[in-house]
Amino acid sequence: MNMVQALNSAMDVMLERDPNVVVFGEDVGYFGGVFRCTEGLQKKYGEHRVFDTPIAEGGIVATAIGMGANGLRPVVEIQFADYIYPAFDQIVSELARLRYRSGGQYWSPITIRSPCGGGIRGGQTHSQSPEAIFAHVCGLKTVMPSTPFDAKGLLIAAIEADDPIIFLEPKRLYNGPFEGDPKQPAVGWNTHPAGEVPDGHYTIPIGKANTVRTGSDLTILAYGTMVHVAGAAAQQTGVNAEIIDIRTIAPLDVDTIAASVCRTGRCVIVHEATRFGGYGGELSAIVQEECFWNLEAPILRVCGWDTPYPHAQEWDYFPGPQRVAKAIRQVMGC
Amino acid sequence: MTTVLDRSKAHSESDVQQWLRMYRQMLMIRLFEEQVNDLYTRALMPGLAHLYTGQEAVAVGICEALRLDDYITSTHRGHGHCLAKGAQLGAMFAELLGKEAGYCKGKGGSMHIADPDTGNLGANAIVGGSAGIATGAAFSAKRLNTGQVAVCFFGDGAMGQGLLYEVMNMAALWTLPVIYVCENNLYNEYTHNSETLAGDMLTRAVGFGVPGERIDGQEVRKVYATAKTMVARVRAGAGPAFLVCDTYRFHGHHVGDINREYYRSKQEEQQWKTERDPVKLMLDWLTTEKVANRAQLDQIQNEVKAEVEKAVQFAMAAPYPAVDRVAQDVYA
Repeated sequence: MNMVQALNSAMDVMLERDPNVVVFGEDVGYFGGVFRCTEGLQKKYGEHRVFDTPIAEGGIVATAIGMGANGLRPVVEIQFADYIYPAFDQIVSELARLRYRSGGQYWSPITIRSPCGGGIRGGQTHSQSPEAIFAHVCGLKTVMPSTPFDAKGLLIAAIEADDPIIFLEPKRLYNGPFEGDPKQPAVGWNTHPAGEVPDGHYTIPIGKANTVRTGSDLTILAYGTMVHVAGAAAQQTGVNAEIIDIRTIAPLDVDTIAASVCRTGRCVIVHEATRFGGYGGELSAIVQEECFWNLEAPILRVCGWDTPYPHAQEWDYFPGPQRVAKAIRQVMGC
Repeated sequence: MTTVLDRSKAHSESDVQQWLRMYRQMLMIRLFEEQVNDLYTRALMPGLAHLYTGQEAVAVGICEALRLDDYITSTHRGHGHCLAKGAQLGAMFAELLGKEAGYCKGKGGSMHIADPDTGNLGANAIVGGSAGIATGAAFSAKRLNTGQVAVCFFGDGAMGQGLLYEVMNMAALWTLPVIYVCENNLYNEYTHNSETLAGDMLTRAVGFGVPGERIDGQEVRKVYATAKTMVARVRAGAGPAFLVCDTYRFHGHHVGDINREYYRSKQEEQQWKTERDPVKLMLDWLTTEKVANRAQLDQIQNEVKAEVEKAVQFAMAAPYPAVDRVAQDVYA
């Protein structure tokens, strides 16, 4: 399966297993979603369970909160992560805090799916990676898969969870792994081991990172598209790098990260979002707190530039394998 | 509660019970808020409190038309809605004081009281912030076929929030059992709504095909009668409705808003207080119609007073939550 099919399969499984699951958003009904993630679901489960909404992200999330507080388990799609900001007040002020402010009496088990990231020449309103904004909000859990296998297992876990989940889907990975070089011909998931996705129900625990490449020289922390870019960069440098796919932005699997960096003594952090105030800063602070006495070099971050996502200079902004490789060499002192 | 035998008109026993119940509820809210004001001005209560005094007939009239399991969402000025829906005085005071025995274990405070037992989805300090929650709860009610209705209370200030119109559009599209109740107390915090609202309130809903009505929100029997019809229609599947209740807040925006002359006149306040006080209007009507005699009404007053005092004492004596509870209920 590619990632689109894996996500579709996850929703299919959950619509089948739990009659309280409803799927809705802009164009997700008969059209099947702009990226086809909900294709065929309305036909299979009916308009009362899979349906279209007005273009009103605030309203979509707001009604989902009420539905979730009153017995349903909504899975909503925000068509692009760049469109999520009108819903931000509802996510932060209502969704994330409902359980806390009511002393545990109410909660809303919503999953908000949203394609994120660049690499598709979408410009500044179809390319953003807003994960740090959500990671900053207590009460939310934020997830970003990097493969079809993880996408399905994590989405099922998200839908089953009683916490609100922001589920960010790196859209550059929908149809195949992407190592960051747009000049290379596109490859599909069919030749990648994580493209092997079981048809039925399985979950991947939220809050667990995944060590996708073991190594002893340095640790690269990445998630989403950057997991694949980091792999290409490590290959390029020949450095024996360990790559940890964070997978769950919050809550963060600190143990896996700390154990790795304490062993390797070096750390490079890669993400596509802008650098200043970004999630890499948090990762860097945690690594420093947990691994200071084991560090042999300063921690480096490779990120998007501190600019809006540029249309013309997309591949300069995008932290490709060359920039990651440069950071690896710098940390290794070679 | 006993009823009088000496009545000039033949009122049914159930009507009498209902009128006295609504009077008692309004009085309870009035005395609750007076107590809150007192606690606050004596520095015994932390934080903010937005008093509902003056608007009692709206919450009481609407909630009288609802089932216990019907939903409401409330506002920063929400004590009245919570009490009218059936909240207990003791747990209310305890929540305001940040005590463990409060509705939300002290974590919500004055502006976030929620109570599943009475269908209260929660007060909400973001203006218009609960419109979607009420709409979504109505969606669930329809989808799960529970027969519940959801009522979303908000003030005229929320008429400026886009979210309200987004979810009203959805409620109309999906024929949801939700009633949007605007308590028009004329002021968006400190600004008269003539400065903030263009056009007409009711016709906003008309644009979505949502039937609307505007009524005097100081007459509890009128509010109840309107709500009763509206709730029955909405519960039967007619889709959402919109109700504007004209009312007035007797105190300031919050308890600390003492000197108000820079935004509204004392004369205006006095006029509402003497001529349009919902508790007094109901008291006068009950007396004029000889539904109850002075002694009975005094008895109600004394009972409510005693209940409120007892509840305050309970809340004052109740313990604060332990510090280690601070991280509880962030996640499942």
